[in-house]
Amino acid sequence: MKILVTVKEVATVEDEFEIEGTEIAEQYLGADLNEWDDYAIEEAVQLQEDGIADEVVAVTIGPEDCEQTIRQALAKGADRAVRVWDDALEDVDLLDVNAKTEILSAVIEAEEPDLVLSGVQAGDDSFGATGVSVAEQLGFQWGAVVNHLEHDLEDGIASVRRELEGGVEELTDIDLPAVLTIQTGINEPRYASLRGIRQAQRKELDVQTLADIGVDESEIETELELTDMYEPESESDATVWEGSADETAAELGELLRDKGVAQ
Amino acid sequence: MSDVLAVADHRRGDLRDVSYEIITAGRELADETGGDLHLAVISGTVDDFADKLNREGVDTIHTVDHGEEFNHDVYAQVVTQLYDEIAPQYVLTPNSVNGLDYAPAIANELDLPVVTDTVDLEADGETLVATREMYGGKVETTTQLEGDGVVTIRGAEWPAAEGTGNAAIEAFDANIDEDAVGSTVTGFEEVGGGDVDISEADLLVSVGRGIEEEENLEMIRELADALDATLSSSRPIVDNGWLPKNRQVGQSGKVVTPDVYIAIGISGAVQHVAGMKGSDTIVAINTDPNAPIMDIADYAIVDDLFDVVPELIDEFQ
Repeated sequence: MKILVTVKEVATVEDEFEIEGTEIAEQYLGADLNEWDDYAIEEAVQLQEDGIADEVVAVTIGPEDCEQTIRQALAKGADRAVRVWDDALEDVDLLDVNAKTEILSAVIEAEEPDLVLSGVQAGDDSFGATGVSVAEQLGFQWGAVVNHLEHDLEDGIASVRRELEGGVEELTDIDLPAVLTIQTGINEPRYASLRGIRQAQRKELDVQTLADIGVDESEIETELELTDMYEPESESDATVWEGSADETAAELGELLRDKGVAQ
Repeated sequence: MSDVLAVADHRRGDLRDVSYEIITAGRELADETGGDLHLAVISGTVDDFADKLNREGVDTIHTVDHGEEFNHDVYAQVVTQLYDEIAPQYVLTPNSVNGLDYAPAIANELDLPVVTDTVDLEADGETLVATREMYGGKVETTTQLEGDGVVTIRGAEWPAAEGTGNAAIEAFDANIDEDAVGSTVTGFEEVGGGDVDISEADLLVSVGRGIEEEENLEMIRELADALDATLSSSRPIVDNGWLPKNRQVGQSGKVVTPDVYIAIGISGAVQHVAGMKGSDTIVAINTDPNAPIMDIADYAIVDDLFDVVPELIDEFQ
């Protein structure tokens, strides 16, 4: 069985930051492997270690700068990676769900995996829609917000649990090929070993343009436009206790005694 | 092309709150586009659901009596067929776990843009301006959409529709292709049972990502012991396997309403807040004065938890 994992390098923001136009000023931004994707990679690697997957391929959309992050997937055990980028994507302000769907679907069609694992959402723009959209595009089955996958996958069926609200899980059988969007907590993502990091440098990282994967520039045009970004107005009317730690702790202690919840 | 088609959410025989909220959101949009509000109720006891959802603002309720529970293939087929019949400008679905299991699929099938997890919507008939958060709630953004689209709305952002409506209730004759249904729900399971019920506690000492390392959790346990309080946490602590699922407060965990909730090193992501905002008194201990938890805290200590917690333990030992 072949597994493909979609991976995204996400922008991270410091506690204090400034906004310029519709972006966070560059000096306050960092980059990291998307948290949800880390769990998706781990699940794929575990399936490989359990002898269920023969090959794990990581796929990303992003410029050369993000190779460092994508190599993390290789260091953790993915066999090879595909990075799609194109000059045409440089000028796109908002790569929306439809555009990502076109690109990822083209790669998946060429790779023909049995199972695609993607994170539930990306930590930066948090759309949470690409995995299901890709599945529909490809005619694959799908399951959103999966927090357990049986490592069995026999008879072409994935038995999963979907994490619903309020502490309820839905048990679902999904026909393969399928796209599963992976929720945090499904496993414990490993840290890459030094050996893994060294090996990752030698693993194949194939760079492809839109033309290479057969996607026309017109297909990534979006009807969405990001028009404003601002810090949400603080609605805080909290009483802030000032002072040293022993003083603020004493204030809290007094409150707890007043409320009769602690002596 | 000015109508709005909204889809209700239900589970195990009960309509979820967002089903009433989506009526409010849909009515507001339909008023701005000058169209009708259609509400789709798919699977389960649809006639009973339709009666309950017949509140002020709904023009037509379309019921599809097919199966008991949510199945994304059935929902996707019904909604795309309704779309073809009604030709609405906007399709609204809840941004619930199930909403995210079919809304992106219908958007792709219908070749429409999708905007998820919106907290506010404004339209003028041509353009839709959707407010949504990015970077885990650190910023809000507006996204402008020209033409038709699929939009998912966050729960508890719009008030529930009230009153008694006079919607036309129509059974929609959907043509469900069973061969295209590729997933089967085999059951449900409540998780988070066990030794303790955090929703019963009067005083919760709740810990989040700010605790940094598993071994630091011992300090929080000591505090809970000293206060004779119950220990709970936000999601990352449970994801890391440091505490069992029955300790998790939030959307996918437990909803709690203690007399006092002490949030220690919890930033206050919306999913967490959904589970604890009903607490009588909320105290936040956090180094970041701009953390979202401060918006709902009644009292705050803007300081390092590793300095404050030991002092607090001393107070009560």
